[in-house]
Amino acid sequence: MTSVEQLSCQELVELVTDYLEGALPEDERQRFEEHLGSCAGCRKYFDQMKTTLRVTGKLAPASLSPEAEEALVDAFRNWRSP
Amino acid sequence: METLSRRDDIEVVRALRERDEAAFTKLTREYHSSLLRVAQIYVSSQAVAEEVVQETWIGVLNGLDRFEGRSSLKTWIFRILTNIAKTQGQREGRTLPFSALQRPGLVPEPALEPERFRAPEDPSYPGHWSSPPQEWNAPEGRLLGGEVRGVVERAIEQLPPAQRAVISLRDVEGWPADEVCNAMGVTETNQRVLLHRARSKVRRALEDYVSEAQ
Repeated sequence: MTSVEQLSCQELVELVTDYLEGALPEDERQRFEEHLGSCAGCRKYFDQMKTTLRVTGKLAPASLSPEAEEALVDAFRNWRSP
Repeated sequence: METLSRRDDIEVVRALRERDEAAFTKLTREYHSSLLRVAQIYVSSQAVAEEVVQETWIGVLNGLDRFEGRSSLKTWIFRILTNIAKTQGQREGRTLPFSALQRPGLVPEPALEPERFRAPEDPSYPGHWSSPPQEWNAPEGRLLGGEVRGVVERAIEQLPPAQRAVISLRDVEGWPADEVCNAMGVTETNQRVLLHRARSKVRRALEDYVSEAQ
């Protein structure tokens, strides 16, 4: 298939983020989607990237330690105090 | 996590000026993790990064009267952080991570080992999979479970600091791209390069984990 040969799998994996970010020019976006439509390996890779994003989205951001928070609240209370 | 809009900024600043402690605590909690990630780009350790974040909040309070709303409050806070972190980094004798932020594409860093693909001189399918990704048979529920989250957390910890900051802000905290660019002072293109490298490595770590578990 000529359309598949236009974009290799090795090239496609480097374009996944640009694709997901909507940053690919129209012709390249089409080549990306055509390749994905006919290549099971790349489809799997692409799905795994999306799964990765879902798992990353489940992580809890680091939270302030109680000591650090207390120090900040103290600083706030003393703010502009004589 | 919900981010603040411009109108909210004005409300927050007014609340702080009125010494509303709850508003201050909410703000520090909301930005703690992202401030820490960005500080870590410039300084040597988590402990120093935490000091930088603390110092940033003092700087925010002391500078509040000068905040004019020309940039978002978030961008303004991160500018204060970056200045403090840079100064601290210089004090520690660290060279500024200019290339990591301004020219992240300088050194190529492929998403996958070249051996995963057929060689460029392959007569029939150059650059096509020689070792394609295997099915992740784990049910989605298990993939989103605690053990897998731990794998992803460790993979993120091991990233270079600029990549770690971008993936944390974008994918953990859910910030839009333009806010990450403003907070970190990087172009959209460089933000995408950093994000791509970070996501590719995290996927790679998950792949290792799943293949060992299967």
